[in-house]
Amino acid sequence: MDQQIIYLDNAATTKVDEKVVKAMLPYFSEKYGNASSMHNFGRLAREAVDNSRKIIAKSLNANEEEIYFTSGGTESNNLALKGLFLANKSSGKNHIITTKIEHDCILQTCRWLEKQGAKITYIDVDKHGLVNPLDITKAITPNTLVVSIIQGNNEIGTLQDTAEIGRICKSKGVYFHIDACQSFTKSFIDVEKQNLDLVTINAHKIHGPKGVGALYVRKGVNIQAIQNGGGHEHGLRSGTENVPGIAGFGKAVEIADKKQLKNIEKLRDYLIKNILKIPRTRLNGASKERLCNNVNISFRDIEGEAIASHLENYGIIVSTGSACASHTLKKSHVLRAIGLNDLEINSSIRISLSKFTTKKEIDKLIRVLPSIVNTLRTMSPVANNQINRKGGKMTKIKDKFTEFAGSFKNEGEFEEELEEEGLDPEEVENKHFEEEN
Amino acid sequence: MENAQYEKKVMKRFFNPKYAGEIKNPSAVGQVGNAACGDIMRVFIKVEADKKTKKEKIKDIKFKTMGCVAAIASSDAVCEIAKGKTISDAKKITKKDILKKVGKLPQIKHHCSILGEEALLKAIENYELRTKLHKA
Repeated sequence: MDQQIIYLDNAATTKVDEKVVKAMLPYFSEKYGNASSMHNFGRLAREAVDNSRKIIAKSLNANEEEIYFTSGGTESNNLALKGLFLANKSSGKNHIITTKIEHDCILQTCRWLEKQGAKITYIDVDKHGLVNPLDITKAITPNTLVVSIIQGNNEIGTLQDTAEIGRICKSKGVYFHIDACQSFTKSFIDVEKQNLDLVTINAHKIHGPKGVGALYVRKGVNIQAIQNGGGHEHGLRSGTENVPGIAGFGKAVEIADKKQLKNIEKLRDYLIKNILKIPRTRLNGASKERLCNNVNISFRDIEGEAIASHLENYGIIVSTGSACASHTLKKSHVLRAIGLNDLEINSSIRISLSKFTTKKEIDKLIRVLPSIVNTLRTMSPVANNQINRKGGKMTKIKDKFTEFAGSFKNEGEFEEELEEEGLDPEEVENKHFEEEN
Repeated sequence: MENAQYEKKVMKRFFNPKYAGEIKNPSAVGQVGNAACGDIMRVFIKVEADKKTKKEKIKDIKFKTMGCVAAIASSDAVCEIAKGKTISDAKKITKKDILKKVGKLPQIKHHCSILGEEALLKAIENYELRTKLHKA
């Protein structure tokens, strides 16, 4: 590739830090022993695994023996919910509380568990994507086994009040699991202070390798394995340890620097501020309770994949919540849950930063984005910004009405928008009919 | 930049659509929307009778589309195919013709080419309705 890549899709995955690569390398063809072997050669691998376990446990304020390595976030989330359900089935605790904005690996696990007899409550979120802890309290029944919540949302970046929900779970005697794939090393996680019983984390979102993750399970939690084998990881997760991956995971956690978070957050806010200068844009997700690296914006009247493709032409990599870009043409359930309509969902892009993101890169994005949006809006049959340039209130009004008449918008919203611009909806409608006839 | 999903030909058309825009006093307009994907396409046609054959021809055609890469590229392709065709020939344009013109699209994007076919048909339908009314 001859063009410099500006990678802004760090919520999907991140660049592996060179220090991480270096930490992994010896465990491929030098110290390649099996960490479970009795001999000294295996012990070298075991030391690497134990060292990473120590680092990760410390970062969560947990004990080493409470960290179980897995193949990643999806497996950890599966293990958490399925393992809890299967272990506690006979006690009648078959109720799981989760939210409508979870990652698919939680939602699909819940759908599967429903078929196995579990009862699942999917809690609504507000327009910022925030769970009201009161709703959790209300949903808890004597049969509730676990509350499972995504700490930092992967699409809109909203951070939940983990401490408060943890307090509720503890007082009600219910297990509390968080999916911290996006928030690990970025937001505060302390299994004691936040009363966390299970925590899903992974490596590839924090400049570690793909294919490795972990599940924190508090000592005493009644959980069982979901895959059978040689009894690795204290019997909870059989399978030969991914030693290079685990070594890299530990390194990635070790070098995660809190000081960098402030910088990322600053860049994030600078980017949000500048994108919102483009007319008819909205920030999706909370502005305060937000992952330091997440920006999610809807651009009225245009489609996300088209925006992302134009950006890619400049070497800027982002992702979109648009159905058009998904494998299944399925619209984002997260954007739907915060109340966006189909057009707004399809017009969203997610920009996710990392410690490697520079101001220069963000400035390039800010420079090219307005003209891309303008080009696509000029091409859009539902946009009216190009009419503005031609001037003439009537043309604008007429286009507005055409937009309305196309019924791609609900009436209330349309009227609201007209009023915002100081126009009387009734007058607009009448004038349009006068023109038509 | 290469795009994993689309071949170069499609991207080229997406970045530089020749027929994007609108016709000031069109003979007819057709608009269709696709609920599954959220794409909306509007086609403007200018119809004139050929001086020799007296047959009605699409003299000019433009589109406005809100949609993804495939939708915009397909819109441009349908315009290119339809321009200069007689009304009866333009009616025969199918999504197959559009797909052939636009280039390889992923299977999941094939519905975008139907959008082009439908929008053009709708414009022609509106044109015929209008001329019928006029004659009546």
